[in-house]
Amino acid sequence: MTSAIQIQNVSFAYNTKQVLHDVSMDIPAHQITAFIGPSGCGKSTLLRCFNRINDRIPGARITAGSIKVHDIDINRSDIDLQELRRQIGMVFQKYNPFAKSIYENVAFSLRVAGQNKRATLDEIVENALKSAALWDEVKDRLHASAFGLSGGQQQRLCIARAIANQPEILLMDEPCAALDPLATLKIEELLMELKKKYTIVIVTHNMAQATRCSDKTAFMYLGKLIEFGPTMQLFENPKDPQTEAYVTGTFG
Amino acid sequence: MFDPKKLIRKGLPKGHFKDAAVRSLLAGVTYLVVIIAALLFGKIIVDGAPVLFKAEAPFVDFEFLTAKNETLHVFDDALGNRHQLPAAAYSAYLDKHPGEGIFNEQTFSYSGGGIAGPIVGTALLTIGSMILALFFGICAAIYLSEYAKQSPFIHAVRLAILNLAGIPSIVFGLFGFSVFVLAVPIITSTPADRSLLTFPLFFGNYFVSFQGWNSSLMAGCATLACMILPVIITASEESLRAVPQGFRDASLAMGATRWQTIRKCVLPFSLPGILTSSLLAITRVAGETAPIMFTAAVAAKDDLPWQGLKSPFDLLSSQVQALPYHIYTLAARIPSSEYTQRAQYGSVFVFLVLVAFLSAGSMILRSKLRAKLKW
Repeated sequence: MTSAIQIQNVSFAYNTKQVLHDVSMDIPAHQITAFIGPSGCGKSTLLRCFNRINDRIPGARITAGSIKVHDIDINRSDIDLQELRRQIGMVFQKYNPFAKSIYENVAFSLRVAGQNKRATLDEIVENALKSAALWDEVKDRLHASAFGLSGGQQQRLCIARAIANQPEILLMDEPCAALDPLATLKIEELLMELKKKYTIVIVTHNMAQATRCSDKTAFMYLGKLIEFGPTMQLFENPKDPQTEAYVTGTFG
Repeated sequence: MFDPKKLIRKGLPKGHFKDAAVRSLLAGVTYLVVIIAALLFGKIIVDGAPVLFKAEAPFVDFEFLTAKNETLHVFDDALGNRHQLPAAAYSAYLDKHPGEGIFNEQTFSYSGGGIAGPIVGTALLTIGSMILALFFGICAAIYLSEYAKQSPFIHAVRLAILNLAGIPSIVFGLFGFSVFVLAVPIITSTPADRSLLTFPLFFGNYFVSFQGWNSSLMAGCATLACMILPVIITASEESLRAVPQGFRDASLAMGATRWQTIRKCVLPFSLPGILTSSLLAITRVAGETAPIMFTAAVAAKDDLPWQGLKSPFDLLSSQVQALPYHIYTLAARIPSSEYTQRAQYGSVFVFLVLVAFLSAGSMILRSKLRAKLKW
């Protein structure tokens, strides 16, 4: 099993507030890895380190350790951030399509990369929307505003937008937190499809979701990685008493 | 013990008279304001509208809008008929009727002809200063909201900009006079004697001379732009901040650079807000007298701004008439009489109509943009 992201002894701080303490794990390629844990445990922060979107928060920095993708430390100062983020896509908790048409939302990442050829754009947009299981619902109104879509559709549009870049890794920060159960189900089905092509890392509050769709699960608590292992094992036979307490619902 | 009978009140509700008194006091104050405004506008419309509108087709006296401003000559001819003629028509009359007597002649400065010069001048000042102010204002707002770290220094900068908005316009006028009229550098072949600092350029044929732009259209535009910059910066920054953070996150996460993010995902969505703020600024720029008094405006000018120019640069470096200054001149610097009323009320009325059009136009533009951009 090759690993897509290697996290080695990472500590992270916002100014003087230490949020991650010495986290190490290998995220396997072409699988779904779920991060679970109570709010504020650092799971979103860790996820946001993978594409360095934390850079724009003043005072946020990795204080120790390294995060490697294909053996390259992504925190090197000479990293091409734009290219990194093209390779590592991200879907956010609150679906956030741009106030543009459905088509332009998906074409956005290509346009910023300098791709403006109509035929190429058309093809990639169609493929991305198909991969996100949205094509049939929107093919007749590609040029209508993205805000006309339902919440679940908007989130799938955001997924389509992220995979239009053909990334290696897809980061998802509680992608279903703002969705109803039916829309959540659709996204989960989509995840099962997507993991064939992409490595997926998903942060979730919903433990049932983690058991339903992830291959591996990491339980984090107070900025530390408590346990990391195959999902079934972590939920049914946790090694750490804290994990057990959390997954059985006695705390958290 | 609960007594259901207590639920039914006897007589008037508690505090009935107090409530009624407060209510009528508040209503009275509100309607007083409305009445004052109605009287003000009513007077201007009643006295000013007849100047601009006529009973017969085409119903608008275009001559008042398109004719140059001239001195008004009022006189009786030999038959005792009273004439009111602007200067050019007056000399034509004299040529046409040589030797006939002219009696009881009176002249009224600035009261004859139309107000084309002031209208065009105000338009040029407004356009020029808005271009300057929007450019500088949006640049500063983008820096403050998107790039600058939120340090105490930036906080102080923001506070300073806010405070600028409260400075009286006459102070901006004096500032503009001392800086733009007297001190800013120009490139010239013949530096003036009063130049503060001169150094040669190229091979000595031209000089950079800190001698100011004189009283001119560009000095006026620059001064007006300074006056409204704080308003535009503050409001632009607010509307930039109103763009959801998610847009920026999503754009960056898809591999856009910071500037691409701002250009494609932030600026387009904040434009309606920026335009809204500039709407207020436009009417303020068009209406201010004090900042242009020393920097751009001239009471009398024979040519329209684009007439008699040797180069486009001459347009920027010549003085202009302006509506608010023209109104000030008519109101305060000439003796008022029945013959000056046409020019006085007409100018004010036209001014009001112009401002109303500007506001209405910007509001329509804004609502159209709003309808297009929603989140």
